[in-house]
Amino acid sequence: MEIINEVKFTMPSLSINESVARAVVSSFLIQADPSVEELSEIRTVVSEAVTNAIVHGYRNISGNIEMTVKLLKNREIYIKIKDKGCGIENIEQAMEPLFTTAPEEERSGLGFSVMQSFTDSLKVKSKSESGTTVVMRKKLKNNE
Amino acid sequence: MNVNIKSNGTYAVALLSGEIDHHNAKEIREKLDKFIISNQPRELAIDFRDISFMDSSGIGLIMGRYKLISQCGGRLIVKNPREYIKRVLKISGIERLVRIINDRI
Repeated sequence: MEIINEVKFTMPSLSINESVARAVVSSFLIQADPSVEELSEIRTVVSEAVTNAIVHGYRNISGNIEMTVKLLKNREIYIKIKDKGCGIENIEQAMEPLFTTAPEEERSGLGFSVMQSFTDSLKVKSKSESGTTVVMRKKLKNNE
Repeated sequence: MNVNIKSNGTYAVALLSGEIDHHNAKEIREKLDKFIISNQPRELAIDFRDISFMDSSGIGLIMGRYKLISQCGGRLIVKNPREYIKRVLKISGIERLVRIINDRI
């Protein structure tokens, strides 16, 4: 993977940081001049992954969330969101549309479905009590 | 985040503005629920024309208000979501339960 530029930052698991993460990814992507639609999609998947880390990963505890965004050769965007929270016991089940462990908070269970729909690839690694890492990749269209 | 509700007693429109995510969904939810419970409108339209961002937290927000207003005998409508928000709504299949309309000129 040939990296043109990258940004990495760490934030505590506070819900206000959902919008901070979106702002960071938006600023970073200016250099790639994405379409309005592409920018909206990337902001949405970042919001979903960071929210998952806050709501599920650090459910009854606090911790740090690490976000890495890379601009790769051929206008590909790489996004990694990592937490060291409780982990996901059953990833397949967690990725099923409408599955949620937090219905009382009106979580729709569609976070992973949105991430899948708005990116080209989604990989989730998780270990119980060790945390979860979500990696998404999306190729931007040529804007000529 | 702002919630501005106008009502004639039977029909109501809630104009939302700003961004809908997990952080601020609770505030919107509380304002809408308070209105639904105390006014019991026959129809509540949530107007998304000034919503610049929404993730799946917005789906939970709509689903919850749909359930509450249905229990009160009313109907929920979603108005004027921008194109990309329509795509988020489509992933959920919520249009099978809630009418989505566009009345912007």
